[in-house]
Amino acid sequence: MKKFLKALLNVIIGAVIGLVNGFLGGGGGMLVVPYLRYVQKLKAKSAHATAILVILPISLASSIVYIFSKQITVINAVTVSGGVFIGGIIGAFLLPKISDKWLSIIFSIIMIVAGVRMLF
Amino acid sequence: MQKFEKKENFSMLWIFLAGIVGGIVGGMGMGGGTLLIPILTIFIGMEQPTAQAANLIAFIPMSIMVIIVYAKKHLIEFKKALLLVLGGLGAGIFGAILIKSVAPKVLKICFGIFLICFGIFQLILVLFVDKKSEN
Repeated sequence: MKKFLKALLNVIIGAVIGLVNGFLGGGGGMLVVPYLRYVQKLKAKSAHATAILVILPISLASSIVYIFSKQITVINAVTVSGGVFIGGIIGAFLLPKISDKWLSIIFSIIMIVAGVRMLF
Repeated sequence: MQKFEKKENFSMLWIFLAGIVGGIVGGMGMGGGTLLIPILTIFIGMEQPTAQAANLIAFIPMSIMVIIVYAKKHLIEFKKALLLVLGGLGAGIFGAILIKSVAPKVLKICFGIFLICFGIFQLILVLFVDKKSEN
């Protein structure tokens, strides 16, 4: 019974993550990582890696709906994707070279500022 | 007649650059598309749903590549991922369908609130919780 409840909990949390991710067009990863790390007790790197595996199919499903709803043109989608792909490689390359803690602090502040900006 | 006049012409160079910046942030593990959407909406002038679509789609190729790398390093807990994915698939589709009933401005505000909440949450985590660095 306990195993079933644990499994159900995971499915429900997955649903919450999927809902938020689909509705906001992202951000699911930011919910999954703390869940995997602090609730499921995964190590930081493993939490991040597993999170991507979770978010990928979920985002893919949501993407298909967005595409069918014609929210973006193919050319724009492809162009941004190309940029993100290259940026991702650069980012992964830069990652080991920068202090983790300060990076998180700086980006948290940027996030808050960006969020406030988006309210207006 | 279209309800919202959707702007669709953007300078390819600029959205490509926006992608690079967003991708760098994502590649450093700072929560995927965290900054991509604000960049696209604030600087490029995309509508919120369009930026959201861009974010979701753009991270697919990058995620695939990253997963291959991480899987080889045995960092991925497949079992833990499975149930989460099962729950998330339908919800993800539902969430994406839901946006059509919401005005772009409202979506943007929702996203802004999410960013603020998460920024504060992460700040607290980094400053107070992650005292022992466990890598």
